[in-house]
Amino acid sequence: MDFVNLLQRKFIDYSSSLHREGIVDDQFTQLRKLEDENSPHFVMEVASLFFEDCEKLINNMAIALEQKQGVDFKQIDECIHQLKGSSSSIGAMRVKNACIAFRSFSDGQNREGCLRCLQQLSHEYSLLKNKLQTLFRVSVASRCLYVCLVIFCRGNEHAEPFPDVLVFQLEKEIVAAGGSIPRVH
Amino acid sequence: MDKGLPAKREITFETELFGSKTFLIYVEPVFSKAGETIGINYMGMDITDQVRKRERMIKIREEIAVQKAKETELNRTIHITEETMRAKQMLATMSHEIRSPLSGVVSMAEILATTKLDREQRQLLNVMLSSGDLVLQLINDILDLSKVESGVMKLEATKFRPREVVKHVLQTAAASLQKILTLEGNVADDVPIEVIGDVLRIRQILTNLISNAIKFTHEGKVGVKLYVVPEPPFAKEGSQHGSDGSTANQTTTNVPKEETCTSTSQTSSDQRGFHGKKHEGSCQNRSQSEPGTPVMNGKIDVTEEQAELPETTVWIRCDVYDTGIGIPENALPTLFKKYMQVSADHARKYGGTGLGLAICKQLVELMGGRLTVSSRVHCGSTFTFILPYKVSLSCDHSDDSDDPDDLSDMDDHGDSDDDATNGFFQFQPRTLGSLFSSNGSSRTQKLLAHNIGHVNSHKINGFSENYCSFPTSNGQAKEMDLVEDACSVAEALEISSEPECSFSHSPDHDSESAICRGRRHHNDVNGENKVSSIDVSTYSETSREVDVKVKISEPQLPAERQGRSDSGSQSTLNTSQEVSNSISKPKILLVEDNKINVLVTQSMMKQLGHTIDVVNNGVQAVRAVQCRSYDLVLMDVCMPVMDGLQATRLIRSFEETGNWDAAAKAGIERPSPSSDSLQPDCTPPKHIPIIAMTANALSESAEECFANGMDSFVSKPVTFQKLKECLEQYLP
Repeated sequence: MDFVNLLQRKFIDYSSSLHREGIVDDQFTQLRKLEDENSPHFVMEVASLFFEDCEKLINNMAIALEQKQGVDFKQIDECIHQLKGSSSSIGAMRVKNACIAFRSFSDGQNREGCLRCLQQLSHEYSLLKNKLQTLFRVSVASRCLYVCLVIFCRGNEHAEPFPDVLVFQLEKEIVAAGGSIPRVH
Repeated sequence: MDKGLPAKREITFETELFGSKTFLIYVEPVFSKAGETIGINYMGMDITDQVRKRERMIKIREEIAVQKAKETELNRTIHITEETMRAKQMLATMSHEIRSPLSGVVSMAEILATTKLDREQRQLLNVMLSSGDLVLQLINDILDLSKVESGVMKLEATKFRPREVVKHVLQTAAASLQKILTLEGNVADDVPIEVIGDVLRIRQILTNLISNAIKFTHEGKVGVKLYVVPEPPFAKEGSQHGSDGSTANQTTTNVPKEETCTSTSQTSSDQRGFHGKKHEGSCQNRSQSEPGTPVMNGKIDVTEEQAELPETTVWIRCDVYDTGIGIPENALPTLFKKYMQVSADHARKYGGTGLGLAICKQLVELMGGRLTVSSRVHCGSTFTFILPYKVSLSCDHSDDSDDPDDLSDMDDHGDSDDDATNGFFQFQPRTLGSLFSSNGSSRTQKLLAHNIGHVNSHKINGFSENYCSFPTSNGQAKEMDLVEDACSVAEALEISSEPECSFSHSPDHDSESAICRGRRHHNDVNGENKVSSIDVSTYSETSREVDVKVKISEPQLPAERQGRSDSGSQSTLNTSQEVSNSISKPKILLVEDNKINVLVTQSMMKQLGHTIDVVNNGVQAVRAVQCRSYDLVLMDVCMPVMDGLQATRLIRSFEETGNWDAAAKAGIERPSPSSDSLQPDCTPPKHIPIIAMTANALSESAEECFANGMDSFVSKPVTFQKLKECLEQYLP
C-alpha cells in the first residue's frame, strides 16, 4: 500500500506542478471534477479531442502562413479563435495565452509575427501534451496497481488511500470485463 | 693528461686533397715505474671509411624501419579494403535480399489501399506506403552506389536520341509535378540526332538531377540544356588511349575519391569558387581515374562495331538549371559526398536519401565525364555534366527524315512547341491541371500517395489542397474521402472547405456534430460507439494499460452514450425525432460550434442533472427553436454560418411578431409543423431566456449582447459555478 501511496503522492505533486507552472488552470480542476463512475475517462477524452483539434488548427495555420500568394489572415484569425476557445475550456492556460498574443499579430496582418507566434503556440501545445500525457500515465499506473492490490488484498483493513468512487469504478470495470472480485467478509 | 687516464676521440679534419677525413686518436699516458707521467703514446687511425659505412648502416636501418612501417600501413589498408569490399558485397547482397520482401510488403500495401478502408486505416496505410517507398528508394540507391564503387557496373553502349531522352525525362517529371513550375528543355542544333552511350545511366543521372531541381525549387522553372562543347582539357590530360578508347577497358576500381569532382578547366563564368580549392587534389586523382575515362566499351558488340565503322567522339554538355533555393557556398564541397545533404534541416524538410548526387557523380565519372555545380542562394543552381559520346558517322541520317518537325511529330506528346529546332520543349503548369482533373481521382490518389513518400514539404500539401478542393466542392463524399485520405491532410481540407460547405452539408454535419466527437465518419451514426473508443485508444496508443481499461469500460458505456446520442440526434432537425425526455425536465439548448466547449459544457450540465440539446450555429438554433420550445438557450456568439447575435434577433422577432418572417427572410425556411411542435399559433410565444457565451472578444461586449436581445451573458470558459448560477436564475 505504501507504493500506492507513493504513486498517489506523485500524481498529486505532478498535477500541482502543472498548476504552478501555469500549464493548466482552475478550469482543468473543474474538468477533473467531472469524472465519475459514469465518465471515468472524461479528462483524457477531452484532452485527446483537444490535442487532435489543436494539431489540426496549428497545421492549418502553418499552411495558411506559407501561402506565397497571400496569407489569409481571416482564416488564421478563425483558427486562433477556435483554439482560444478550446484551450480556455479545458484550462490550458499557456496555450490560451499564446493564442491571445497571436491574435494581435494576426489582427495586424503581420506575417513574421504570426510565424513566431505559431512557433510559440506549437511549443506550448507540445509542452501541454507531454505533461498531460505523463499525468495520465501516472494516474493510470496507480489505478492499475490499485486494481491488482484490491484483488489480492481485499478485506485488508489498511487499504484505501484512494477515494471510494475510484474503487467502485474499478470494480465495475473488472466485472464488466468478465472478471470477478472475490469478496471477503 | 690531468686525469691520467687514456682517452680516445674521433676528430674530423677537412683536408684539401682528400676531403673530409676522420681519425680516431688514442692517447694514453705513459707512467714511469714510480708512477709519474713521463709522456704519452698516441695512435691515430684513419677511420673515414668505417665512419662512412657506419653512417650508411644507420641510414639503411632507418630506411628499413620506414619501409617496414609503410609495409604495415599498406597491409592494413589492403586488409581494410578487403574487408570493405566484403562488407559492401554483403551489403549489396543483403540489400538485394531485403528489397524483394520489402517490395512485396509495399505491393501488398498498395493493393490494400485499393480496398475499402476507414479513415484511420487509410492514414495508417499511407504511412506504411510512404515509409516503405522511402526505404526501397534508399536500398536501390545503396545498391546502385555499391555497384558503381565495386566496379561491377558495366556500361552499355547503345544508340539513342538525346532529344527524346530529354523530352521523356521532362515529361515524366512533369507528370508527377505537384508545384507550379515550368519545365523546359533545350537541345542545341549541333547535338547529333543519334549518339552512342549508356542511355539508362544517362537517363538516371538526368532524372536525378531534375528531380533534385524540382524538389528544391518552389517557383519559376527547371530546365535542361544540351549542347556540344569542344573536348575538355581534363580528357586530354593523362589519357594515353586518346578519345577513341579503343582498348576495351573494364570499369576500374579506383574510382576517384568523393572530395574531388570538379572539372576545374571549365572556364564558364558561372562556376563558383570552390573549384579552385579542389584544383590540386583533382590533378592527382585525374591521373588515377584517367585509365577509366574512355570506358564506353562494355559490350563486345561495340568493339566489333567500332572496328568496322568510323566513329568520332563528341563531347556534349548538359546543364540542369533551376530557380530554386540555391546551395550555400559552404555546402558545395560536400555536396557530392554520400549521405550528405545541405543541412540537417534540409534533410528533415525535403527528405531524400542523400545518395543521389554521389551516384550521379560516380556514374558520370565512370563514363569519362565530369559533374559540376554552380549555385547562388535564393537564385538557383545549375548542375553540369559533360560526357563523351560516340557518334557513328555512317548511319547518321539513314533512318531519319530530313524534316526535323517530323521527328517531333512521331513522338507525339503534344506539348513540344514546333520550333525550328526540334529540340525545344516546355511544360507549363496548366498542362498539369488537365492531367489532374482529366485522369480522375484514382490517379490523383496514386500520384499524391506516391509523392508523399518522396517529397515531404508543406508545399506539396498546400498545393494538393488547392487542387483537391475542386472535387470537394462538388460534394462528392466518396471522392473527398479518397482525395483526403491520400493527401493525409484530411482535416485541413475539411476545415478549409467547411465554411462554404457546411450549409449545404448540414444534414451530414448536424448528425456528426450532435455526436460531439472529433472523428468525421460521414455516414454512420451507429458508428459513434466505436468512434468514442477509437478516440481514446488512438490517444493512448503508447500506454497499453489504458487500452485495456478502455476496452473494459466500453461495454458499460453504450448505455450512457446512447443517452447522449439520443439527445444529440434530437437536434438533427431535418427529421423529427421522438422526444424521449420527460416533459417535467427543463429543455435546454446549447448553441456552440467548438466541439471541445460542447463536450465540457454538456458534461457539466450532466453533472448538474440536465441533458441538453446541441446545435452548432445560428441557423440550426433558429430551427431548433422553431421545432421545440426550450426553457433556456445558451448561445455562443461567434459561430460560422450565422452568429449568436443574429440568431437571437430572429428568435426575438418571432417572439414579438408571432411569425417567422424575419427568419424566412434570412433564408431559414420554416419546417412543416410536426407533432413535436408544442406551440400552436394562437398562444403568444414565450420569452425564452437566451444567455450569451462570450469569449471576451471585442466584438462581444455586454451592451451588444443586450442590444440584440440576450438576457444575460457568461464569459468563457464555462465553469460549474457560472452554469449553476444561470440555471438557478433562469429556470423556474
